[in-house]
Order: sequence, then structure tokens, then C-alpha cells
Amino acid sequence: MRPDLEIIQQWVQPGHRVLDLGCGDGTLLDFLQRERGASGFGLEINPDHITTCMGRGVAVIEQNLDTQGLGNFEDQTFDTVLMTQALQAVRRPDMVLDEMLRVGREGIVTFPNFAHWRLRWGLTLKGRMPESDALPYKWYNTPNIRLCTFKDFEALCRQKRIRIKSRRVVDGQHQNSWLARLWPNMLGEIAIYRITRENPK
Amino acid sequence: MPDSLPTDSVGIVTPQTLHFDAPITLACGQTLESYDLVIETYGTLNADASNAVLICHALSGHHHAAGYHTMDERKPGWWDSCIGPGKPIDTNRFFVVSLNNLGGCHGSTGPSSVNPATGQLYGPDFPVITVSDWVQSQALLADRLGIACWAAVVGGSLGGMQALQWSLDYPERLKHAVVIASTPRLTAQNIAFNEVARQAITSDREFHEGRYSDFNAVPRRGLMLARMVGHITYLSDASMGEKFGRELRDQAYKFGYDAEFQVESYLRYQGERFSEVFDANTYLLMTRALDYFDPAYDFGGDLSKALAGASCEFLVLSFSTDWRFTPARSEEMVNAMIAARKRVSYAEIDAPWGHDAFLIPTPRYTDIFTAYMDRVAREVGA
Repeated sequence: MRPDLEIIQQWVQPGHRVLDLGCGDGTLLDFLQRERGASGFGLEINPDHITTCMGRGVAVIEQNLDTQGLGNFEDQTFDTVLMTQALQAVRRPDMVLDEMLRVGREGIVTFPNFAHWRLRWGLTLKGRMPESDALPYKWYNTPNIRLCTFKDFEALCRQKRIRIKSRRVVDGQHQNSWLARLWPNMLGEIAIYRITRENPK
Repeated sequence: MPDSLPTDSVGIVTPQTLHFDAPITLACGQTLESYDLVIETYGTLNADASNAVLICHALSGHHHAAGYHTMDERKPGWWDSCIGPGKPIDTNRFFVVSLNNLGGCHGSTGPSSVNPATGQLYGPDFPVITVSDWVQSQALLADRLGIACWAAVVGGSLGGMQALQWSLDYPERLKHAVVIASTPRLTAQNIAFNEVARQAITSDREFHEGRYSDFNAVPRRGLMLARMVGHITYLSDASMGEKFGRELRDQAYKFGYDAEFQVESYLRYQGERFSEVFDANTYLLMTRALDYFDPAYDFGGDLSKALAGASCEFLVLSFSTDWRFTPARSEEMVNAMIAARKRVSYAEIDAPWGHDAFLIPTPRYTDIFTAYMDRVAREVGA
């Protein structure tokens, strides 16, 4: 199993209700259902992914976060709301974070770090928009329209009074390297944040 | 007529008529002392009777959902695109049951059947049937067939309403409800269209207050109009545009009121054909069943409360150009299921065919339907 998913699954307790925003082909939810006894939904817009989810028994709703939001989910009805590698692809990540913590007690967010040294290097020396394993697109066709650094994300959390319960930093292969731990905003490629409201209602 | 049967066809099928002697009490308060249900089955029921799938038909549907009655039959059953070996509802794995609902006009007891109490046709005296009544009769059918629990109850449009009603009325007797191109209740606009259709029928001079058979008459004109207006609501502006555009039957305008545009002659043809095979009283009954369907009604309009007792898993599908039962209606249903903490999957399928899209095998529809039913089959060991 991918190390980031390995980390995430430790944070999901047996019997938890989970909402996975941008659940892809349902790999994570499928695992959480089978191995952790969790239940819940995935939201997805990619037709092939939706079909795969349905075939493997992951409850999936075709729903676009950008246009439909999460208004159809009631307050605090999930233990955990997941968003792996999708925050950078929504139009308003700040509002999605608010919504995540409205419908769920806790959020788990992963995204690529735009301050990783290789990306900085590419921009500084080559003068071209950076590409990497975590960000393998061209500037004109990338779905990643809201790139940020770990520091940016943490600043937003502070501003929104969102508490970061834990943060794990991994490299492009999702390996948990000591270098990334040493200087995360420079050496970490992907971060996994576990967040909650500072003062739960 | 096929020269030889396609390999993915269930082949030649023969309907069966099952007679039920125990009285059934209906939502309207009336009782049918005995009745017949005509069914077709495809595939084989497995040893623990866990692989049964019920097909619920829509307004003008019937038991003949797949295969051919004879080698001379022009077209296969109405949902042949989805039922058969290797098709989404795979008859190599599932035992599929399809029936003509009570009140129908294809062999099950309905307005055109003889009332045993009087020896006369029921005609307009046949009780108004509701979706709940159908589900009750389908549960009795399941008993008769030795099916304690359906692997899935599946239907499109009015059929989808039956699948939803099953999940509420007999939660322990189905594992999955597949609700396609349906709605949790009709809108005022939907009811308005039904009312136009009913008015067309009842104002036909040949209707004779529903006793047309006593006069050896058929309200053909009314049925034809009813079908024409209904048919428009089943298609989309785009699909009608693509099929007919403004094409004329002849090259030029004739400055008269006969069918000059292709779409006019198409609608007339469809209406006429329908009026030859469908019973007017059944049409009234079916449209009323649609109007009355509203499982949330007893729960202050809150569908999620109505769903509280449901325990099956749901698949809800809608079609982008369906303006009869729009994707928004399906989403209403899905949101109620989410609020009631039920397991539900939902997709809106991009298809140009309007409401009729549920009968047409577009690739994404087929893929999703196949993937979901494959999983149902694996789950029940089929």
C-alpha cells in the first residue's frame, strides 16, 4: 500500500464514517471499508473512476465540488473527511476546508508542496513552470490551479482557526524520508495534514 | 425479425400466467378477491434463491422485457438492451423476473379483465392501483416463486418508483434497489402532462365513461393524443431536432393542416400504433399511479424520514437531457438517502435522448450498470 494511504488509514478508526472528496477509483475507501470497517461515500467526477468505484462496492456520488459544494451533506455527519491530492484542483480550497470541517469532525488533506526544492530549482534556473512526479502536467493543461506550499497552507489554517493535529511529510514516491522531516517546506514533496476545528461547536 | 437469435439474447421466451386466490387489499380500500399476474423469467434461480432480480416496468411497459416470443417477432422485449447473457443484468448469473403489473393490459388482471363477481369486464370499475399496491403484489409473486430476498429490484421511470417503494415497504426483502431516470414524486408539470393525456382519453366520444367495450368501441383518438403528448415528454428537444429537424414529408408547404412535417407524421404514427395495442382505462390508471406516488407524503414531505427503515443499497442514475424526471429529481432522492445514512451511488449520464435514455444502451450507462450488477452478482455468489 502507498505510504501516504498507510499513514491515513492509521487515523481512521474502525466504524468511522468517512467522506472522501475526489475519491478517484476508490482504492482508499475500499481499503478503509474492508480493513478498518469504515463506511461512507466518495465524491468523484471522473466517469471511469466512478464506474470502477461502483464495481468494487464503494458508494460513490457524481458530484462536482466546484459547482455543487457539499451543501447536500449535513453538519458533523462524518468522523473524517478525506481529500487526497485534490485540494490544489478545486476553485476555492479555503471554502472547501470550511465545508470539510462543517460536515466532518476531522479532515485529512494531502497536497503537493510547491516550495519543494526541485520545483524552486526549475523555476529559478530554467525559468520554466516546474514539473515533478507530484505535478506532472504542463502549465496550460494542469488541473492543479491552486498550488501552495506547506507554509501557505499552515498560514491559511491559522487564519481560519483550523488546528493541525498532525502533519506527515513524504517524498514523491510517498516515502517518509528523514530529509523531508528535517526541512519540510524545502525537501518535502507531499504533506498529509490531519486537521480539526480549533473550537469544535 | 431475426433470422437467427443474437448470442447475447435470452432467446425465445414464453410468458406464464400465475393465478392468485388470496384476496389483496389495495391502498384505495378496495379488495381484489383473486387476480392473475403474467410474468416472464430469464436465467436460472440458484439453489439458495439468492440471485433473483425483479424488473419493474414503466407506464406502458409489460412482462416482455427481453428475448423474443417467436422467431417472427419484429422487436425483442422492451429492455433487451440491458437483460441477457453478458448484458448489464446478466442472465448467465441472475434469475430475472419481469411481470405485467396489476391494472395492466397485457394479461395481468386489469380494467380489461373479467370481474369474477359480475362476469363483466371491470372497465372503469377497476380500482385505482398505487405503486405500493404493485409492490405488495410483487412481494406475493416473490413468495410464489420462492424468493425471500431479491438480489436487486430494478426499474426505470415508474419502474424506478417501484424499486424505491420496495426499499421502504419490504426493506428486508431486497439487497439493492436500482432506480433509473426516476423521481421521488411528480412535479405539478408532470401531473399537468398526465392530466392532458387523461382529458384526451376521457373526452373522446368513444370513451363512454370507460365502458367503451360495452359499445364495441375504442377511444382510439384519445389514446393516440395521450400517447403523442406523452411521447414528446420522453424525448429531448435535441433528439427530436436531430431525428426530424424541420424536415417536410414533401418538399414544400401545402398551406394546410395535414401532417406536413416529419415530426407530425412520426407522432401520429406512434400514437396510432399505441392506440391499437393499449387499453384506455389502463392508461388512466397508470398515469394516476404516477401522480399519487409520493413516499414522503406521510412524513411531512421529508423523504429522508420515509427512508429511515430502508436497509438496501441504492444505485440512482439520471440522464442529462431528461426533462421529464430531471437529474435534479434524482439528486433530491440521493440527498434524502445521504441524510438518512443509506448507502447510495449516483451518476448523471450524459445522453441526448431525454427520458427515453434509460432504454438506450449508451456506453457510460452500460458500463456503470454492468459494473454495479457485476458486484451485486459477486455479492450474492451468482
